[in-house]
Amino acid sequence: MTTARTVLIIAALTLREASRRRVLAALAVLTAMLLMLSGWGFSRLVAETGADTLTSGEGRLVASMLLNLVMFGFSLIAALGTAFLAGPTLSGETESGIALAVLARPIRRSAFLLGKWLGLVVFGSGYVVLAGLAQCLVVLWTADYWPPNVAAALALLAAQTIVLLTLSLLLSTAISPMASGVVAVGLFGATWVAGVVGGIGEALGNEGVARIGTVSRVLLPTDGLWRGAMHGFQDPSLLSQFADSFEGHPFLSSTPLTPAYLAWAAVWVAMVWVVAAASFQRKNL
Amino acid sequence: MTAADRATIGNDVGLRGAASLVADLPPTPAVWCSGLRKRYGRHQAIDDVSFEVGRGEVVGLLGPNGAGKTTVIKTLLGLVRPDAGEVMLLGRPAADPSARTCVGYLPELFRYQPWLSPAEVLALHVRLSGADVPGPEQAESLALVGLAERAEDRVGGFSKGMQQRLGLAVALVARPELVVLDEPTSALDPLGRADVRDIVLALKARGIAVLLNSHLIGEVERVCDRVVILDAGRVAASGTLAELLGQREVRLHLTDAAPGTEARLAATGTVERAGEWFTVLLPAEDDGTAVPDLVRDLVAMGAQVHAVEPARISLEERLLGILRAAHGGDR
Repeated sequence: MTTARTVLIIAALTLREASRRRVLAALAVLTAMLLMLSGWGFSRLVAETGADTLTSGEGRLVASMLLNLVMFGFSLIAALGTAFLAGPTLSGETESGIALAVLARPIRRSAFLLGKWLGLVVFGSGYVVLAGLAQCLVVLWTADYWPPNVAAALALLAAQTIVLLTLSLLLSTAISPMASGVVAVGLFGATWVAGVVGGIGEALGNEGVARIGTVSRVLLPTDGLWRGAMHGFQDPSLLSQFADSFEGHPFLSSTPLTPAYLAWAAVWVAMVWVVAAASFQRKNL
Repeated sequence: MTAADRATIGNDVGLRGAASLVADLPPTPAVWCSGLRKRYGRHQAIDDVSFEVGRGEVVGLLGPNGAGKTTVIKTLLGLVRPDAGEVMLLGRPAADPSARTCVGYLPELFRYQPWLSPAEVLALHVRLSGADVPGPEQAESLALVGLAERAEDRVGGFSKGMQQRLGLAVALVARPELVVLDEPTSALDPLGRADVRDIVLALKARGIAVLLNSHLIGEVERVCDRVVILDAGRVAASGTLAELLGQREVRLHLTDAAPGTEARLAATGTVERAGEWFTVLLPAEDDGTAVPDLVRDLVAMGAQVHAVEPARISLEERLLGILRAAHGGDR
């Protein structure tokens, strides 16, 4: 039994679980609702702009903000979805005994874990990319706005999801399924809030407060990647026009991501995965 | 014939010789473990456990609750990491996952992916084992455990007993050479238990080794060649059924017992008295004269001998005897 084959079998099984357990169906319904709501919102926005209440620049600023807000909604859905999928799929299976028969087969535990991770990565990033793309098309259709860097922004959203699900996988090797989901989502929310607080610190010129955002972005790269994604969705000409609005704004980002930060995010995922594999390897089932 | 041809033939002969030499070696045991230890916090779950399951042999693992039977089984299968000790499965060190290629396992805590159908669960396990088992043969495994009709239903709707039957099919589907069954009948009705017994006997007939952990001593007694008795994490006794149950008893109904009667009985073996009935444990090295000699002497001493009944100790009595002896008669 080659390791690659095991990884693929388990990844396919994880995807099948997501679809059979109606996770896919639930997400599809939720996403369709969010898309319709945002479509209506954007069409209203265009109507308002047309009525000369907003300048075209202001219109694009609000569109960018709204787009980022809806994208945040998607990233939240993906985060919650994968965090609550990653927990049960690993610790739930070991707790209920499903994993006993599977892991007694001639397979390595690390291959099993990699398969689970790969399945969740495909599921989570597939979801944010498809839902995000659909949202961009809705905006194009209703507000005639196409973000400057859609591919990179969607990739960063996917990366954010991968960071969070890797964390939930690590947690689920050590704690109960419910706790791992709660802790992962809690940390995700806390990092986002810390990022907003840091942004406010920057706007006020308070270095100490600003550092909160920087440190939290290094400890858990979800918020940093999210800010990079926002930067890719918004109209670049706005930054020079409305520099003040960008300061400390939770749904606008003034700076793109540095390659160093992206590299750190990749190293972070690799490190957390290795710790998860080591923890799972040592677990008594 | 060229020199190269001759060399090839020479090599062939050498290879065949080596092959027959290897073939003549006694087969490695299906399970071999030595000095297994595992501690959970302050609780020593298993302590210096060593035993063997030969190829094609059916071995029963017996012992009270908490004796460490399931921990031993999980350690053999790499599900629990031992603190010390070695395990070989089918001739390969168990640290290597490929040692489990031909091992089937039914866990004590059995649950299968509720979102799959039984046929899909079997297909998954066949793929993971790397075996090439065609669909009809997989369906046969399901039929063997009585799930042929439910092959396409979701496992989530199954009762515990049906999931246990599915677990049995999972353990058997990938053409195992060793099957490990941990409490395979815990959720089954009497009919299901009889089925499991027949399945184990069929495996034995096909030369497949079975390690069976069961509380149902009668079941173990009927199907097992050998028994390993665990108590408080240690091997309290092990051996073939004949070795463990070799001791026989004789029950005597006596009246008018003279004063020396009990002493005469005790001279033969340990005596238990219930009213006029005496049960005497016969010595293991009895050559068939102990009972006639005893009866002759009792009659000579004036006792009225109403009945002489041979009795065989059941595995249950033997198990209780071993466990009570180990605990100094406090249970």
